[in-house]
Amino acid sequence: MIVDIPRFMAAERPYWDELGALLDRMDTEPERRLALAEIARLHYLYERCSAGLARLDTFSTDPALRGVLETLVSRAYSEIHETREPQKIRWKALALGFPRAFRRRLGAFQLSLGITLLGCAFGWFAIRMDPHSKAVLMPFEHLLHSPAERVHEEESVKSDRLSGAKASFSAELMTHNIQVTVVTLAMGMTWGVGTLILLFYNGVILGAVAADYIAAGFGTFLTGWLLPHGSIEIPAILLGGQGGFILAGALIGWGGRTSRSDRLRAIAPDLFAIVAGAAVMLVWAGMVEAFISQYHKPVVPYGLKIAFGACELAALTAYLGWAGRE
Amino acid sequence: MKPARPSRLSIETPEGVVFSFELATPVTRALAWAVDAAAIAFAGMLLAQVGKLVSKVSPDVAGAISVAGYFAISVVYAIVLEWRWRGQTIGKRLFGLRVIDMHGLRLQLPQIAIRSLLRFVDMLPFFYLVGGLTAVFSRNCQRLGDMAANTIVTRERKAETPDLERIAPAKYNSLLGQPHLAARLRSLVTPGVAALAVRAVTLRDGYDPRARIALFRELAAHFRSLVEFPEEAVENLTDEQYVRSVLRVIYGRGDSAHSH
Repeated sequence: MIVDIPRFMAAERPYWDELGALLDRMDTEPERRLALAEIARLHYLYERCSAGLARLDTFSTDPALRGVLETLVSRAYSEIHETREPQKIRWKALALGFPRAFRRRLGAFQLSLGITLLGCAFGWFAIRMDPHSKAVLMPFEHLLHSPAERVHEEESVKSDRLSGAKASFSAELMTHNIQVTVVTLAMGMTWGVGTLILLFYNGVILGAVAADYIAAGFGTFLTGWLLPHGSIEIPAILLGGQGGFILAGALIGWGGRTSRSDRLRAIAPDLFAIVAGAAVMLVWAGMVEAFISQYHKPVVPYGLKIAFGACELAALTAYLGWAGRE
Repeated sequence: MKPARPSRLSIETPEGVVFSFELATPVTRALAWAVDAAAIAFAGMLLAQVGKLVSKVSPDVAGAISVAGYFAISVVYAIVLEWRWRGQTIGKRLFGLRVIDMHGLRLQLPQIAIRSLLRFVDMLPFFYLVGGLTAVFSRNCQRLGDMAANTIVTRERKAETPDLERIAPAKYNSLLGQPHLAARLRSLVTPGVAALAVRAVTLRDGYDPRARIALFRELAAHFRSLVEFPEEAVENLTDEQYVRSVLRVIYGRGDSAHSH
């Protein structure tokens, strides 16, 4: 059979134009819901164009005509065969979607927490066994001094060191921590190895600092310094790790029969909710760290700072544990 | 020998119809990225101007705006534009590229966000080395972000019809006097050969005369081998005229012998 292109085009062109116009309208008005009759018409036009494309595939050639039909069929296909809800930014849904995603993927979070705790234990014992390893384990210069010197310095400070620089310091903390969290998540693409290393290393630093200050008898100072921002910042980085392990789990796909592509498709909404939630948490943590954490006794009593941090942690636990439960 | 990597991604619908997308090459993507990087830098410059104004009131807040603002722009630039423009940024628009779902479905916000956030790894250790190498070696030219998000970057197809009046002027075309044979010829010529013939006619003046004669002889011989027209329809036609007549048959959708 040979397709008579002029006749074929004359007969089919009105349907192609109609389908093109309908798809353009759907592009420009994404919020609009189609009426049942419009959906039926869209389906009819899609099938008609598909049939036309199949005829051209089998019997004829005209690169431009084929291109036009392929474009139309692919656009209509994406509208008709898409079963996922169109994603709209609804703040309430996002606020509840985050804790739901967290709970759905709790195993990955537990893994993230476990590896960080292992790192903490390693850092703790490394400092206790070999105090000279501090220079290797601690990445920041101000942590290399002796805890006693630092506490004395912080508690006897007469002027506000951060005066006129709190907002920019806060912005630097936010951007740095968000970057660390996103990289921890993205490293899931190394089958989780990169995520694991980053979490373990974070844990080592945390454990080493804790061992250093607690051994020197400054546990209260340490808690008052870290808890206000750390109660949000550390869980946010753990959430990054959770995301990384979710990604790694989808890549590896133990025991499942679905394709890698389907597994990655299935985790995308949860991954998005978790990373968005963690980013918001880090904005808050950055503000707290710049405006509260850097002030010590006698400016802000440690009891107050610790109570504030504990309240934040309790609120976060309640939110992630119960918000959006059905 | 290792088979060449496909330059298209074909999707078969449940109705059994196949359509395909042309994959964007790493080089085109790099160029689009360079444009986007310039756009982000420009936005950063605008932000710096805002910072200058704010610094008259509070240098601290100005510093915060420039640090957080630049970071926010560099992270959300691609997410917002690809979401609002259905898979395109300024650079991708300029180079005719578009991010699409790997299964041809509608692109979702989480997919866009994931592919953008994974840039942090794709950019390692410098100049997108990880992402670039992954794109070069992956089957569908995907960087890590594309793999995680199930997306591909395609070249948008422009349904261009060649300038018929230039390559095959609308004068009497004896092949169209044989409508059944013309239709058969149209059905047998592959898109690749048709595109080659258009290119040969378009660039004819740039060829060495002998090479041009040889090229058109070869093309005409190929077309003649597909369909044999009666002697009276093709007599006195040079090889080049024959090729031009064939192109008119292929692309001149509404033509008939009488209209010329």
